[in-house]
Amino acid sequence: MGKPRVATTSLCGCFGCHMSLLDIDERILSLVELVDFDRSPINDIKELSGPVDIGLVEGGCANEENVKVLQEFREHCRVLISVGDCAINGGIPAMRNMVPLRECFREAFLDGPTVVNPAGKIPDDEEIPLLLDRVYPCHEVVKVEYHLPGCPPSADTLWEALNALLEGRSLELPYELIKYD
Amino acid sequence: MSDRISLTIDGRQIEAEPGQTILEAAEEAGVYIPRLCWMKGLSAFGSCRVCTVRVNGRPQSACTQPAAPGMVVENDTQELRELRRSLIDMLFIEGNHFCMFCEKSGDCELQALAYRLGITAPQYPFMFPQRELDATHPEIFVDRNRCILCGRCVRASQELDGKHVFGFVGRGAGKKVAVNAESGLGGTDAAGDDEAVAACPTGSLLKKRVGFAVPVGQRRFDHQPIGSEIEQAQSEE
Repeated sequence: MGKPRVATTSLCGCFGCHMSLLDIDERILSLVELVDFDRSPINDIKELSGPVDIGLVEGGCANEENVKVLQEFREHCRVLISVGDCAINGGIPAMRNMVPLRECFREAFLDGPTVVNPAGKIPDDEEIPLLLDRVYPCHEVVKVEYHLPGCPPSADTLWEALNALLEGRSLELPYELIKYD
Repeated sequence: MSDRISLTIDGRQIEAEPGQTILEAAEEAGVYIPRLCWMKGLSAFGSCRVCTVRVNGRPQSACTQPAAPGMVVENDTQELRELRRSLIDMLFIEGNHFCMFCEKSGDCELQALAYRLGITAPQYPFMFPQRELDATHPEIFVDRNRCILCGRCVRASQELDGKHVFGFVGRGAGKKVAVNAESGLGGTDAAGDDEAVAACPTGSLLKKRVGFAVPVGQRRFDHQPIGSEIEQAQSEE
């Protein structure tokens, strides 16, 4: 039997949670002994190769591409984990949720004080994923088994969560590993 | 002392002074009953319901219900923990609580209760309401995104500061904390050192230019759950 497969992705996030995963320091050597990485920015594999045991999702859903990737992860991952505040509550990107989308576009591409846009057009190329009306937490789009809060979750939180799942323990974080900042 | 009242909480016998509430009596006995709108030194308000306990089987708010002889109080039960979790979840989803950049993070009672209850994500969908921020005052600001309508600033301003700076306006989902001047907080006689400012359990009412002074790891709730000071005070005796 092969090693458990882990996939990771960053949706509408800042890659800070992935940085926190790297912050497990030398334990990353044990991690590569324990698991095989499927799609992840860590190995630069762009597509899921098949069934995956654990999927780590950073960031919420801000556009249609985020939703598509999240749905693919849901389809292929046995256990899906929301990693970090953006995946759990939208995080900083969700600050736009209190502003109508049209106003966000106007500020970003037309009216903002630093905007240079002689064409006066809001970009609408079909290559650009359409923005959603607001930023959605992952568990409001697909079913998510576990949440690891934090901005980012500490390396210890990620390490504890992965180990608990790999050892077949239930994932219950101790007090000091549940933090929202 | 013959006038002491005897009652049980989670099967443990405790004593209370006549007129003491269940919450106060429990605290004296080293039993922490979670609370948000209650604060030592202010009149009880009974609005957040986080301190709900079962008294002889009936749900009651421990901060308003006086202790009575022979009462059987349930506090730390699975049912009540779940109820409190639901209340805290609702407070999170009905406001805009961005802990990651909030100055009060680590020192916030709402966040601390969520930590104590082990909440990793709220079980209800987020509402992302439109709320106002009032930064008209030179020393303090009100961020209603973080307001949980506990009324502690309202009572502290009246009862401790003698100023009546804050009050509730509106009903239901439209209810909010208003200030006693049309021009905003800057038009009131509020001051940075007012008890009302210190009374805010969240980052809704904050002093300017003092944020992030305490480093992560040294804040009030970084290592110890909220309420553990009450529980420890008893175990040390």
